Amino acid sequence: MIRLIAAMSLFLAVAACEREDRSFQSPPPGPADQVVLSPLSPGQAAPVAANSGQGQAYESNAYHVSQGKRLFTWFNCVGCHGNGGGGSGPALMDDAWIYGNTIENIAATIREGRPNGMPSFRGKVPEEQIWQLSAYVRALGGLTSKDVPPGRNDDMQSAPGENRMVKDPFGPADAPPSVGVPNNVTPPSPAERAPL
Amino acid sequence: MAGGIESLTWFFIAVCTVVWLLTMAALGFAMLRRRRTDHADPLKERPRADRLATLAVSGLVALTAVILVVLTAATFLTGKSLAGMQGEGLVLRVTGQQWWWQVTYESDQPSRVLSVANEIHVPVGETVTLKLTSADVIHSFWVPSLAGKTDLIPRRTNIQSFVVDRPGTYRGQCAEFCGFQHAHMGLLVIAHPRAEFDAWYEAQLKPAERPSEASRQRGEQVFTSRACAMCHGIRGTSAAGRVAPDLTHVGSQQTIGAGTLPMSEDNLARWIADPHHFKPGVNMPKTDLSGEDIGAVAAYLAGLK
Amino acid sequence: MSAGGRRDDGGLRAWLPTLLAFASGVAGALAVKRMLYPQAFARIAEVPGIARRAPPPLVPGQVPFDTRDDGLDDETLDRVLADTWRREPGFVGWLSSVDHKDIGRRYIVTAFIFLFLGGLSSIAMRIQLARPENGFIGPDLYNQLFTMHGMTMMFLFAVPVMQGLGIYLVPLMVGTRNVAFPRLTAFSYWIFLSGGLFLWASFMLNIGPDVGWFAYVPLSGPEYGIGKRPDVWAQMITYTEVASLAGAVSTIVTVFKQRAPGMSLDRVPLFVWALLITSFVIIFAMPAVMMASTMLILDRLVGTHFFNPAEGGDALLYQHLFWFFGHPEVYIIFIPATGFVSAIIPTFARRPIFGYIALVLSLIATGFLSFGLWVHHMFATGLPMLGASLFTAASMLIAIPNGIQIFCWIATLWMGRPVLKTPLLFVLGFFFIFVAGGLTGVMVASVPLDLQVHDTYFVVAHFHYVLIGGAVFPLLAAVYYWFPKFTGRMLSERLGTWNFWTAFIGFNGAFFPMHILGFMGMPRRVYTYPEELGWGGINLLVTAFALMLFVSFVLLTVNVVRSLRSGSVAPANPWDAGTLEWAAASPPLPHNFARIPVVTHEEPLWHERESLPAVAGLRVDAREIVVTTVTSARPDLREASPDPSIWPFLSAMAVGATFLGSIFSPWFVVWGTPVAAVALIGWFWPKGNPEDEE
Repeated sequence: MIRLIAAMSLFLAVAACEREDRSFQSPPPGPADQVVLSPLSPGQAAPVAANSGQGQAYESNAYHVSQGKRLFTWFNCVGCHGNGGGGSGPALMDDAWIYGNTIENIAATIREGRPNGMPSFRGKVPEEQIWQLSAYVRALGGLTSKDVPPGRNDDMQSAPGENRMVKDPFGPADAPPSVGVPNNVTPPSPAERAPL
Repeated sequence: MAGGIESLTWFFIAVCTVVWLLTMAALGFAMLRRRRTDHADPLKERPRADRLATLAVSGLVALTAVILVVLTAATFLTGKSLAGMQGEGLVLRVTGQQWWWQVTYESDQPSRVLSVANEIHVPVGETVTLKLTSADVIHSFWVPSLAGKTDLIPRRTNIQSFVVDRPGTYRGQCAEFCGFQHAHMGLLVIAHPRAEFDAWYEAQLKPAERPSEASRQRGEQVFTSRACAMCHGIRGTSAAGRVAPDLTHVGSQQTIGAGTLPMSEDNLARWIADPHHFKPGVNMPKTDLSGEDIGAVAAYLAGLK
Repeated sequence: MSAGGRRDDGGLRAWLPTLLAFASGVAGALAVKRMLYPQAFARIAEVPGIARRAPPPLVPGQVPFDTRDDGLDDETLDRVLADTWRREPGFVGWLSSVDHKDIGRRYIVTAFIFLFLGGLSSIAMRIQLARPENGFIGPDLYNQLFTMHGMTMMFLFAVPVMQGLGIYLVPLMVGTRNVAFPRLTAFSYWIFLSGGLFLWASFMLNIGPDVGWFAYVPLSGPEYGIGKRPDVWAQMITYTEVASLAGAVSTIVTVFKQRAPGMSLDRVPLFVWALLITSFVIIFAMPAVMMASTMLILDRLVGTHFFNPAEGGDALLYQHLFWFFGHPEVYIIFIPATGFVSAIIPTFARRPIFGYIALVLSLIATGFLSFGLWVHHMFATGLPMLGASLFTAASMLIAIPNGIQIFCWIATLWMGRPVLKTPLLFVLGFFFIFVAGGLTGVMVASVPLDLQVHDTYFVVAHFHYVLIGGAVFPLLAAVYYWFPKFTGRMLSERLGTWNFWTAFIGFNGAFFPMHILGFMGMPRRVYTYPEELGWGGINLLVTAFALMLFVSFVLLTVNVVRSLRSGSVAPANPWDAGTLEWAAASPPLPHNFARIPVVTHEEPLWHERESLPAVAGLRVDAREIVVTTVTSARPDLREASPDPSIWPFLSAMAVGATFLGSIFSPWFVVWGTPVAAVALIGWFWPKGNPEDEE
């Protein structure tokens, strides 16, 4: 029993320390992971031939994931991938991973680039930040442990709450709901709209 | 500007010291005064002493009230004179970020809008109006010698105005806890005579000069092609990062890393080599540049006057 | 964000049914309690009235047992009552204790252990700050340390130690045998203990909060509060304030309904008044911070938008809620301390307190005004001028009731014949420090001044002058004063004098220079400072004196340990004080008083030197207390007082697991709620009252 408690507290300690550690000293640059270049056709994961094992430490650490989230915006990953939902680049929140979903695969994708638009950031983004970004991308896909990812942003959320939608009775049926129209703006009467 | 506050401060200190001394004197006398030596029953009634004490305590309470009214009135008067500043004058937008200050000089002409970091240059004797806001968490703008604090709150704009009476450099610092490097979030306010200020402004508006020496050219090439340009921008080059301080004229600044190190080529090299040694937790990463590249970049940046 | 959104939905779905389950569990338990309680109250027409003490002794040979106390001699009565009121033997019995003296003592000892931990964290910070750009502690650990220091001192030391002394002393002072809700009080202790342990265990596991004891959003919000650290802050606050609220409710009812017959409101000791008013302030202030912390944890874990300005939330809303609690919090700590002072000064001045009515009224005024000051913590947030002026005036106004108290105490000393024992020495230290702290408080009430010194070391100096001078010095006085009552042993006067002078010099040496540092521009909450600013020398001085202050607490510990092992034995009333707690034995027997005294004067032991009049007719084979009327304390009812029970402990554990586990997984709520419901049902299970069934 005592052994069980001791083992559990040790486990907790290790888990917590790893998750919460804020280490500002980046590890000495190890040998870059050996990557097998991917075939051009999508659908197959590009296997990583060898990995340095750094990735696990990043994706289980809340600080690194949260830094990765900052960098995701700062380096304009949003520009192609949206907030994970995808745009001109593939979505990162779904279960489809063209080039593999291990952290090493994602890091390799960022580092080396991929065909059809993903640029290579080798030399432009330091190794540590590549790992942080990869860890965050894993978190976007729901692939990390649940207690690691950061919470929501203090931004507008993608859809306003139903109670906050202001309906314009005269607007075209397919117009996006306008949000935050001041109450004192009265909608124009049909007569005024007629010349349009 | 700070003058009104200073005299108010001294007034409060004086009044408070006197009140404290009188209270302690009363307490000392209460403890030490000589008494008749009869050890009477603690419940023995002494109506006359009680009446006197009631009078004394009531008088002291009334006196306290008067002092408080005076202090409150002094506060209002000073506050009113501080609030009565005329005109907007020079308008700046200051955005707090973890852990540096972005300062934007507003202008009607887009080409004359200027963005610098961690240093605010102002003309002497003119009203300066700061529009304060934050890009992330709450910070607080405080230059002790110029004015009190005003918080920078995300999605709110607070206004602070001041006039600098004498030319010089005034140090300021973030005054609201904002994370790891709250301690190293300094800024400088540098006041010039109007003509000097105008010259500085014109110089800052110019794009960066292209380097002539080979080593500095290499520095520029490294800067624009490696990690630096991901976050920093230098006008006149292809480096257009927006999330970290603009470095177009970084060599003309007095400090590195929001007041962390004094500006020099050596310090720039040490800073680039490992920013976390000086400012642990800062958002600037340790890069994988070689020592030679770091030296070149430092030389390039130090030359951006 | 979208990923967050997906998680949030799942979170919300898991939360809703459990919230409903929890609510229905509470409602069910309350219903059971309501069924139970009407029977537990037996209105007794045959109140035996007020009889003089010393009833006729029993005839030898007769069975020395009667179910009422009328016919028993004092010695038998003490024995029988002690047997009725003692706690069960064994470890489970220890966990089940509902004796207010056990709970109060546990509260006090636990709070002092937390004081020691908080002190250690401050010493670590002082070592870091002793030199400019020192590398002893990095920013990450430093931020955790100053957060832990603030939280520990405010939530785990200052408030609980005051409540603990109240739980111990209020029933003795009002002349009853236990607090009104003993099981609730026991529950509150277990909540407090588990919350405190959870906080420090989190710190040891590197999940200690690092966002300051105030945890402003957005720094502590979902976007910038990294990891689980701010979650620990938020749940810890909500959780431990439950303990404060439970203790406050119990104190209020004890004071209103269980005072000894004859102790009309104008005879209530000022200490009891202070605790009563503090309890009311707690009840109105704590919910504000619990709301803020709950909204914060909902923002963080469930994805609500209370503090998200982009979605119509507001970061300043948080500050308003926090300081609406935060300023009264200072008075929650300070008002009980004025109670200590009002209890100690008459005893050592050898005369009743001067200006009893004025003191009571100024306590009440302080309690009310404390809710009108919170905005002076927010002057820098860009409030409209008019609003700021209003709060300046209100902040100045509160100096008046505090001034009245100071003047009345000095007048008492003036007219009395002071005997300079250690408790009075600490009270004199209190005057010296607290008056200075109060005056700097007047300075920070002034907007232009506050904008200069806000968030600098001037404010650090100010509130340590108020809290250490205004609360810890009186607390140390209280420890020296009531220690004989708690333990039956005297503390050493000689060590006590040493303790006082090291504390006094250490405190002033450590905190007075901070005023100057503040004027020099040193901000709070910085883990280091550049060398060229010239703050190094003063900081080194501050650190040296802080170590001296720490040593003074080591001396206190030595004094306590020595006294417990070999201190001189204390009589029941070693100081010849006038209030009721000194009529009980030192340490008090489990039932406090063999016969419930009848009060005829505000200093009963001075008024009735020979023996106190007493109430007769209470049962001795069951726990019974006298319930009196609220204002004039006429005897009204005999009421059963609950027996020991393990359920409060089990309930606290179940609630704790639910609350604190929810940080890591919503499933803790799902599985914790039924367990908590079972524990509460066990707690309130009707057992019937033998007398009522007759």
